[in-house]
Amino acid sequence: MAKRDPIYGIMAEFDSAQALVDAARKTHEAGYKKIDAYSPFPIEGLAEEIGMHFDEVPLTVLIGGIIGGCTGYLMQYWMSAVDYPLNIGGKPPHSWPAFIVITFEMTILFAGISAVLGMLAFNGLPMPYHPVFNVPRFALASKDRFFLIVFSSDKKYNAAETRRFLEGLAPRSISEVPS
Amino acid sequence: MPEQYKSSTEIQRAPVIAPGHTFGTVTEKISAIVLTRPATNGWFIGFGIFFLATMMMLYAIGYLVLKGTGIWGVNIPIGWGFAIVNFVWWIGIGHAGTLISAILLLLRQSWRNSINRFAEAMTLFAVACAGIFPAIHVGRPWLAYWLFPYPNTMRVWPQFRSPLMWDVFAVSTYATISALFWFTGLIPDFATLRDRTEKRWVKIIYGMLSFGWRGSARHWHRYETMYLLLAGLATPLVLSVHTVVSFDFAVGIVPGWHTTIFPPYFVAGAIYSGFAMVLMLAIPIRKIYGLEDFITERHLQNSAKVMLATGLIVAYGYGIEAFMGWYSGDRYDAFTLWNRLHGPYAPSYWALLICNIFIPQVLWIRKLRTSPWALFLVSGVILVGMWLERFIIVVVSLHRDFLTSSWGMYYATRWDYMTYFGTIGMFLMLMFLFLRVLPAISIFEMRTLLPEAEVKE
Repeated sequence: MAKRDPIYGIMAEFDSAQALVDAARKTHEAGYKKIDAYSPFPIEGLAEEIGMHFDEVPLTVLIGGIIGGCTGYLMQYWMSAVDYPLNIGGKPPHSWPAFIVITFEMTILFAGISAVLGMLAFNGLPMPYHPVFNVPRFALASKDRFFLIVFSSDKKYNAAETRRFLEGLAPRSISEVPS
Repeated sequence: MPEQYKSSTEIQRAPVIAPGHTFGTVTEKISAIVLTRPATNGWFIGFGIFFLATMMMLYAIGYLVLKGTGIWGVNIPIGWGFAIVNFVWWIGIGHAGTLISAILLLLRQSWRNSINRFAEAMTLFAVACAGIFPAIHVGRPWLAYWLFPYPNTMRVWPQFRSPLMWDVFAVSTYATISALFWFTGLIPDFATLRDRTEKRWVKIIYGMLSFGWRGSARHWHRYETMYLLLAGLATPLVLSVHTVVSFDFAVGIVPGWHTTIFPPYFVAGAIYSGFAMVLMLAIPIRKIYGLEDFITERHLQNSAKVMLATGLIVAYGYGIEAFMGWYSGDRYDAFTLWNRLHGPYAPSYWALLICNIFIPQVLWIRKLRTSPWALFLVSGVILVGMWLERFIIVVVSLHRDFLTSSWGMYYATRWDYMTYFGTIGMFLMLMFLFLRVLPAISIFEMRTLLPEAEVKE
């Protein structure tokens, strides 16, 4: 394995959401693939600009929901009709209409938990430490500034050249992110 | 996807957010309430009073565990007293929070962004209050865990054909999903607080709570997908919860319970009382914390309109109940109606009609819809009315059913009142704490409402 680069990436700071989206598009079009953009609120289309084309969360939720529904129904079926059948009000042990409500609730429960855990897992959170936090100005990313980073692991990365490229995008400031 | 936050097409009405704000001012204004504003004497006094009320509730519950449900007014035939009345009342109040955060998100009502956070907190605290009642009502609360299907040495399982069992699943799912929705909504704001604070220990706490959120575009993308899907899941869930609560009654054969109008009428009543609680909280909060820029006249008006609409659905429900009492030709149903109007509890039924149907009609007047004082009073009246509604459904239906030999009366004892007012104290105490330690308005969703947040392709 190659020696770890002491620089994690080069980060450019922008004033507006529009500037970040434009810069992200130009950077991606210039051939940089390992890049990321940071903003204080969700910006539509920004993830696509930096090359994200697949979101795993919906499928996770679907699978979670299906597992939840099956668990809910089979649990009731097994408990009421197999393990300990009881005659209650003359209803059959496998009285499926009465099982619908809990099946529904379990579907929602499992799907909801999968949505949250899936989002966290695919985002790699929780991650209390991250190299980008080494840049003091990055604290503004949760307030009113917009950041774009080119990671040093990118094939096209070259400290001087990448820096020059980012300067060409008219950022407010540029900083090196130590890893 | 973030289109649901956009508000540019809605310029003709009062603004959702006062003009002149930027990302910076919105962030500073909301986070300052938590980070730099000192706790005032007023806060300590309010917190102290509600803390004492919570202690009173714990005392009443402690005595209940010691003595048994005999200290309450419940008896046979009125086996469901205040505990069930309060349970339904609280859970109904919680529903407005989910309506605001989930249903209005799906309907792209961006004005919800300034009130969803504390409305969700309200939901959680209301569900916490609601959950206390069935647990202590079972008589032996230390065995309440029997409600859940767990492998046990008795080798028996819960009775899944009972609506009471459905309720256990519906309410616990609702509590879980509401908590998840609320917490994940807070993650980006925790990151904001982490980056704004100057105290190291505060930074560590919010940093841990934020899970290391850094606002990456990929993270936001998955986050938004998750948020939208949770909203989509919470929407049928919230409707199912009060439907299942109404099944607790409607599946029984007691006159006054056994009716198919219950599910929609319960859901509408829940939202009605929930919005009343939202307004009773929002009006003082916006005044005390100077948040009139974010919780504007528009929010008050819209909430009043929701109350007006759901109030009319509730009125329709009362109308149909009365009509069916006559039209069904069933003498017991007819008697239930007569008993409500003329029986020993008639004053509570008339008070219900005044509180829930007549007084709220003043909301047709635009001037009163935009007056915080008038709205605060009407909301209080609605909350009383909705409590009376549940009292009438539970107690008045049970006290005189089929056989005159089994008629009875219900008188609440001081323990009933102590527990009930105690939960109101606990609810408000939690609300006071919430306002001090968490951002009461969603900061990142407020940023999306600003015109600068718009991006052209």
